[in-house]
Amino acid sequence: MSELSVPRAARAPGWFDRIGIGHLLLGALLLVYPAMANDFFLTQIGGYSLVLGMIALSLMLLAGYGGMVSLAQITVAGAAGYVVAIFGENNSGIYGFGWPWWVYGPLAILIASLMSALIGWVAVRTEGIYTIMITLAVATACFYFAQQNYALFNGFPGYNGLRAPEVFGVYWRDPVPFYYLCLFCAVLAYAAVLYGARSTFGMTLQAIRDNPRRMRSIGFDVTAHKVFAWWLAGLIAGAAGILLVWFNGRISPGTIAVGPSINILVIAIIGGMRHPIGPFLGAVIVTLMQTFAIDIIGAERFNTLIGMVFLIIVFISPDGILGLWERVKPKAGGEDWRASFRTSVK
Amino acid sequence: MSDASRSRTDPLGQGQGITRRQVGAVALLIVGAVFLWMVFAQWPDWLDAILISKKAFLSAILNGLTLAGLYFLVASGFTLVFGLMRNVNLAHGSLYLLGAYVGYEIADRTGYWLLGVVGGFLVLAVVGLVMQILVFRRLEGDDLRQTLVTIGISVVAADLMLAVWGGTTYQYLTPDWLSGAVRLPIVTAVRSNGSEVFLAYPFYRLVVLGAAIVIGVALWLLINRTRIGSMIRAGVDDRAMLSASGVNVHMIFAVVFALGAGLAGLAGVIGGSVLSVSPGEDVRYLLASLVVVIVGGMGSIVGAAIGALIIGLAEQIGLVYFPTYGVVLTFVIMVVTLAIRPQGIMGRSL
Repeated sequence: MSELSVPRAARAPGWFDRIGIGHLLLGALLLVYPAMANDFFLTQIGGYSLVLGMIALSLMLLAGYGGMVSLAQITVAGAAGYVVAIFGENNSGIYGFGWPWWVYGPLAILIASLMSALIGWVAVRTEGIYTIMITLAVATACFYFAQQNYALFNGFPGYNGLRAPEVFGVYWRDPVPFYYLCLFCAVLAYAAVLYGARSTFGMTLQAIRDNPRRMRSIGFDVTAHKVFAWWLAGLIAGAAGILLVWFNGRISPGTIAVGPSINILVIAIIGGMRHPIGPFLGAVIVTLMQTFAIDIIGAERFNTLIGMVFLIIVFISPDGILGLWERVKPKAGGEDWRASFRTSVK
Repeated sequence: MSDASRSRTDPLGQGQGITRRQVGAVALLIVGAVFLWMVFAQWPDWLDAILISKKAFLSAILNGLTLAGLYFLVASGFTLVFGLMRNVNLAHGSLYLLGAYVGYEIADRTGYWLLGVVGGFLVLAVVGLVMQILVFRRLEGDDLRQTLVTIGISVVAADLMLAVWGGTTYQYLTPDWLSGAVRLPIVTAVRSNGSEVFLAYPFYRLVVLGAAIVIGVALWLLINRTRIGSMIRAGVDDRAMLSASGVNVHMIFAVVFALGAGLAGLAGVIGGSVLSVSPGEDVRYLLASLVVVIVGGMGSIVGAAIGALIIGLAEQIGLVYFPTYGVVLTFVIMVVTLAIRPQGIMGRSL
């Protein structure tokens, strides 16, 4: 940033200050979490939350910094999952080329990110609220296509028997390795988003979110920046998609249905979209609710509960749990990611 | 809605012998003539070879038209609400499904199918009114939050409907005068003994098509020829100015939302009678409304009709000729529209 205005003492802070005490505490907690938790809490809550959090993070990147609320993030993750199923191993008897993980992994992320960029390219032709509509239409169309098409997606049953690879003698779907793998990926994505938001590109994207017309007249290529943001979001969602199919061991159209895609939005909204930690917070809350709501209201009416919580959050705190927190402890410089909607949609 | 292209001068058409519009009209005439020939003529073998058979082709076209009528009924409410309030009601599919269930209950208990149709419309209109007053009025001007709220409502509504009506499929009993098939004066084949085979088509589906056309014309008249319609159009153009000139905008909003929700409920009863009623239909019709409105243009009744026609025909033709890629065709139409005209065929510029 501006070197002139910053006093010398404040420049080049130590690594401790730069990371921040909150992050260090959280990191330490997450690192020792396996020592405290049993296998169920480690995988079904810990690992799963991190995976869902990553997908929601890709939404937060688009919505929070780009002002583009997407409902197609689970579709992008699902694309990566289908690539894993087709090029890796499955026991559905169709495809399953048995390529090694270090080939199909990057390939899956690449295809998912390209698909994300393509969806973005379609979606950025319009603005604001239209993005939700178009991405929802894309997500629904992809779901129906995957369900109808047996040649490529194996239709309704999808692919079963997807296994995480064994590397260095470790089976990465075992609870502890899987948790650390998810944690590693999630921290990487989180740090990348946090860093990216302060980079030149991130700043430009946020400026485009706030006033696309002005940025266009200054000479920025608004479409290219937005599509690039979609591509970056696709990288994160794609990586999360691989972890998701390793976690589930299967992929089917149900994974990319409208319900799950709305679920991702619910997670991001409940957590809050002001800061990249929000999606992870939301993911933990939703996963815990999913697990323990059965005891309270029964498994059948879970969607009513989550929908109600979502409605309450939208009504009382549009910025989610993070917004509630900031209302209690006000901080300067909060970014109003919703402002772009008011300006772009008359 | 006014015809957007009428007022626009065509830059390529100035001072040239043949305007773009004339070329378009000639192309349309040729397509129309070919289509009429395909309907009434005896098909040569090579055409049968390409399009399976005349019967399959014409059935696909008729089914497409019926579906388009249904899609129009669902999407017209959606587009009406959006046009006036900038409210993207993603719970519109839920309103459709609720209408179908309510209509089924009424028709089943009273034994009168028509009562079910009327009841579906009225009950959903009241539901829409309540939604507008309790929810959307509180969030006015915040488009994103309104949309998020409709997503939440659709999640809760789908779950509650599942709780009440279960996962089973319901089938309406349509009255006798509606069932059966009619023989259309279209020859599909000639038997070897010289007798002609006429195309038979379910009467009810033709009634659906007719109902959609009647309702479409009625809506158009309501919007373009009545006082409340002129208020609605004024609201679409400039909400604040309409309010300033002494019109109770909230009343207009409530009327339009009730009308839109009622149309969704009506479409639910009519559509549920053609096909069947089951969970998951809400998503199907939400997708249909979204695509129809994206293609046709937000906020335009005529656009909804055009979009419904394109999507309905594409879906049914796709179903017959490339079954597993039918959705892709719909999707391609949407993408091409967005690429060429982001605001939709009849939409105003964004």
